Amino acid sequence: MRFSFRWLKSYVEIDADPKEVAERLTMAGLEVETVEDRYPHLKGVVAVKITKIDKHPKADKLQICLCHDGSREYRVVCGAPNVSEGIVVPLVLPGTILPSGNRIQEVTIRGERSHGMLTSEKELELGDDASGLLILPDDTPLGQPLDKALGIEDYILEVAITPNRGDCLSVLGIAREVSALFGTALKYPEIELAEEGPSVFDVAQVVIEDADKCPRYTARVLFDVKIGPSPKWMRDRLESAGVRSINNIVDVTNYVMLEMGQPLHAFDYDRLTEHKIVVKCAHDGERFVTLDGQERTLFSDTLLICDGGGPVAIGGVMGGENSEIGEDTKHVLIESAWFNPSSIRRTSKKLHLSTESSYRFERGVDPEGVVTALNRAAQLMMETAGGRLAKGIIDVYPRPYKRPVLNLRVGKTNTYLGTNFSRQEMADALTRLEMDVKVLDNDTLEVVPPSFRLDITREVDLTEEVARILGYDNIPTAHPQTVVLGHEKNEHLRLRDELKNFLRGTGCREIITYSFISQISLKKLGLEQNDIRLNPIKLLNPLSEEQAVMRTSLVPGILNIVRYNLDRENENLRFFELSKVFIPEAGQNLGDPLPDERFNLVVALVGRRGQSELYDYGPFDYTDIKGFAEAIMEFFRVSSVKYLPGEADPYMDPVISAGVFVGEERVGVVGRINPLVAEEFDIEEPVWLLELDFEKLFKLRGPEIRFVPLPKYPFVARDLAIVVDEEFPVQEVIDFLKGLNNPLLERVEIFDIFRSDRIGKGKKSVGYRLIYRERTRSLTDEEVNKIHDDIARKLVEHFGVKFR
Amino acid sequence: MKDKINQILENALNELESASTDPKAIDTVRVKYLGRKGELTSLFKQLGKLPPSDRPSVGKLLNEARDKLEEAIETAIKEAKQAVVKAVGKFDVTVPGRKPLVGRLHPITQTAREICRIFTQMGFEVVEGPEIELDYYNFEALNIPKDHPARDMQDTFYISEDVVLRTHTSPIQIRVMEKRKPPIQIIAPGKAYRCDSDMTHTPMFHQVEGLMVGKDVSFADLKGVLTIFVHQMFGAHVGVRFRPSFFPFTEPSAEVDIQCVICNGEGCRVCSHTGWLEILGSGMVDPAVFQMVGYDPEEVSGFAFGMGIERIAMLKWGIDDLRLFFENDLRFLDQFA
Repeated sequence: MRFSFRWLKSYVEIDADPKEVAERLTMAGLEVETVEDRYPHLKGVVAVKITKIDKHPKADKLQICLCHDGSREYRVVCGAPNVSEGIVVPLVLPGTILPSGNRIQEVTIRGERSHGMLTSEKELELGDDASGLLILPDDTPLGQPLDKALGIEDYILEVAITPNRGDCLSVLGIAREVSALFGTALKYPEIELAEEGPSVFDVAQVVIEDADKCPRYTARVLFDVKIGPSPKWMRDRLESAGVRSINNIVDVTNYVMLEMGQPLHAFDYDRLTEHKIVVKCAHDGERFVTLDGQERTLFSDTLLICDGGGPVAIGGVMGGENSEIGEDTKHVLIESAWFNPSSIRRTSKKLHLSTESSYRFERGVDPEGVVTALNRAAQLMMETAGGRLAKGIIDVYPRPYKRPVLNLRVGKTNTYLGTNFSRQEMADALTRLEMDVKVLDNDTLEVVPPSFRLDITREVDLTEEVARILGYDNIPTAHPQTVVLGHEKNEHLRLRDELKNFLRGTGCREIITYSFISQISLKKLGLEQNDIRLNPIKLLNPLSEEQAVMRTSLVPGILNIVRYNLDRENENLRFFELSKVFIPEAGQNLGDPLPDERFNLVVALVGRRGQSELYDYGPFDYTDIKGFAEAIMEFFRVSSVKYLPGEADPYMDPVISAGVFVGEERVGVVGRINPLVAEEFDIEEPVWLLELDFEKLFKLRGPEIRFVPLPKYPFVARDLAIVVDEEFPVQEVIDFLKGLNNPLLERVEIFDIFRSDRIGKGKKSVGYRLIYRERTRSLTDEEVNKIHDDIARKLVEHFGVKFR
Repeated sequence: MKDKINQILENALNELESASTDPKAIDTVRVKYLGRKGELTSLFKQLGKLPPSDRPSVGKLLNEARDKLEEAIETAIKEAKQAVVKAVGKFDVTVPGRKPLVGRLHPITQTAREICRIFTQMGFEVVEGPEIELDYYNFEALNIPKDHPARDMQDTFYISEDVVLRTHTSPIQIRVMEKRKPPIQIIAPGKAYRCDSDMTHTPMFHQVEGLMVGKDVSFADLKGVLTIFVHQMFGAHVGVRFRPSFFPFTEPSAEVDIQCVICNGEGCRVCSHTGWLEILGSGMVDPAVFQMVGYDPEEVSGFAFGMGIERIAMLKWGIDDLRLFFENDLRFLDQFA
């Protein structure tokens, strides 16, 4: 809501400046977003008197004017035809920027210095005349900024009106608040009407067929108007609110709406068939052309204003082209009505048509202010367009508004607010808001809010008004009494936090990407046709195709971020994201309309593992990403983890990737992104990816930590090396050895993988170190040798390998 | 005898000095004087031959001479070792170190944790809720009926007529209150969505919701708890103000402004020259909301609040472009160590 400070001040007497008023309104819940000088350029313009004129020595059409502003003299070059000695004119000082964008400078014109510029009213946007200098009245105070000198200084305030305060969508509404806050009287406009026409009941008729949607409809008829431009004062006020002037009749309807908050409509009386208004709903699919020239398809709950023939307006939203006021309009029917807020909102939403009128009706206008606004409009139309007003008002009011009668408990209010306000303070605050307040007993006030405050229907609404008017600053700052509450242990959240900390510890950067992605990016993954991930939840109203579906995988998101970073020469990347994917209808209760929201983890490595070319600068490879997988499996303390080839998703490299299994359950994939998929995301570099289902791992997680006593006796190590084919899974030997369940074999690790021509092409030598230990005594060489030889023999038997 | 002792000591010290930092030469001196057959050692053996009356004074002198020499030799050995360390050669101490790799948590995660930490210290419990939410929880139970203009405050992404992407974290309030009886003290961080995208809005963002319900919880308590939060988050010197506002699910409602942390309240571009920054919305839980979850508003009262995590992070670190959070540029992420 935009309004002019001068306009506001015509209803309420205050000395405060715009900044102070803005501050008070803001602290009362009407947030003033901006306070702008309406004429900033006039601050650099002063009224001066031309004391002497000399001819310009080098230019026939130019004069040199000596001007005086009361304290100093200016020398200005001027070419205007109407310049003469003794007149008072505006001087634009150097440094001022005019509305045209033209910046006035001190310049030299054909060898003569000019200190600023004398201007026309057009250049100052004070009028249309550009033919010569704006000649100001002789008594204009000299030397002051021109807006002050002319008495037009003004500021435009922009207020954010919350949806509950429909009553503040007018200058008078704001003035009411200002009057309550400053405790000064409010001056409503005086309305006096001369009714010289025939009885309105003889010339027009109103029928309401849907009283739910239109509880009140009032009308007046004005004959013999003269359509023309509005007077300057009205155009000026409309412009201050950002409303374009159209003609005197339409302007009045807009003006009264801005002034009082009541949307009005003016019909061309002669274009209303049978001079009759019928308020009723449209048929589904009915078509109607609104006055913006658009044909609109209506619904069965769209409220129409019809004449004896058909629709002439969409009630409370927009008038029709067929009954619009035009240059040849002679007689006018003025509508002032009260429409049901939800009905207007539904219509406005369905038709995608929001107007100043629908905006106000949705938020509730004053049901008791309908006639006042009608009279105000008639008064102003007669002032600006002449005419004879029909006698009387048509006021069809099938559902009269009843103001609620509320009780406010003083004690309860103070407990609720944590305050100590007296009954009198509360009563005064509410009275200032034009509420009728009666003392019922020591603790109770009976309060009847004014009809424009439709938002006040309960005791708590009064409590808010008390707090607002007495000031939130006057509510003390307290601390709640101590309550110790038992909390459920949230292990899921704790583990997610810990996992993030863990990944930070590995040098990874956490990323957060949008939960919605494009369907195309899912297609790029090359999933099989029946994969549930290809059927994501779709937004009905996405902002773009890029953000159209809820992700079923974190992979497209992290690949996009990889590419984004590579494009910016960020080369060595370690990223992770632990966020939700949204799986429709997967293993959830039947009938639950909400999808399965599952936390997934992705880790991506790109580039080199070191930070500096000086040290450890090798490129990432499979062992880096698999190392992440192993460490995270340890984090969850899961046992029997397997990495199986050929079990990864299609977006993984068919050779250099594995499915990650815990027992029989597949919990994710690890390895290289399929180069063809990476290419789809415009990435040429290898991307090493780990993707894990957090929810599965959370369920499979190992038991709580139990301490194991430290060994007291030394271990004995024995190495053995085998030569196998390149694709031989080295892990299998470890699993086999563990499977032997020899109590003395503590652990097995691989200490060397070696390839050479001597071993043979396509072969590798793998060195295993077996650690033996007895917890209760030291082992002797002999017994270890015996066990080790036995184990080695079993290994040969099982795998058919040979030792190196 | 005494002269002889002094003479030997003097010789020994002279030779030690000429030995300088040569470990071998030092050892030669040690052997020559303190060895089993060393010159000083042999004098001890002659003590017995002296008259008994001279023995104590000569013995004392002899002990002193030996201690002095031992000390001098020890010093010489230390110096000799130091000379070896120093003799290694030249070295550049400014050579780049092998920095251990340290990762980063996203600034939003860091900020959310900080907010939750402050409230959990005050006894609030962290809870969560679904991001795809029923219209009922997102709107209706929060006193935002269909066809109410308050829905315009939040542009909603729809999945179906009854299912939306939650536009705020407030539905978690309802889900918790439906399950538990008061008193309740929760804080709920999470993602929220609104179909709005420009310089100051991203279609996905993060919020933290808070709720405290109990007997006689008052607006003054709301002011107290949120003031503590602001002071912990931004510093105890930062001014706070509570300004009336409107949310359908609270009554009375308050926006909380803090003194601009960029200009210290002087007025700048960030605070639109007001000196104040809006950082969170709050209010007393509307009785209509209590009725929806089966609480008796005559028996309990409470307050709720919600804040944007991105906004808090931007103010805390002076980040000037919201979109940076979701671009995930390494150079951005790495700044928040």
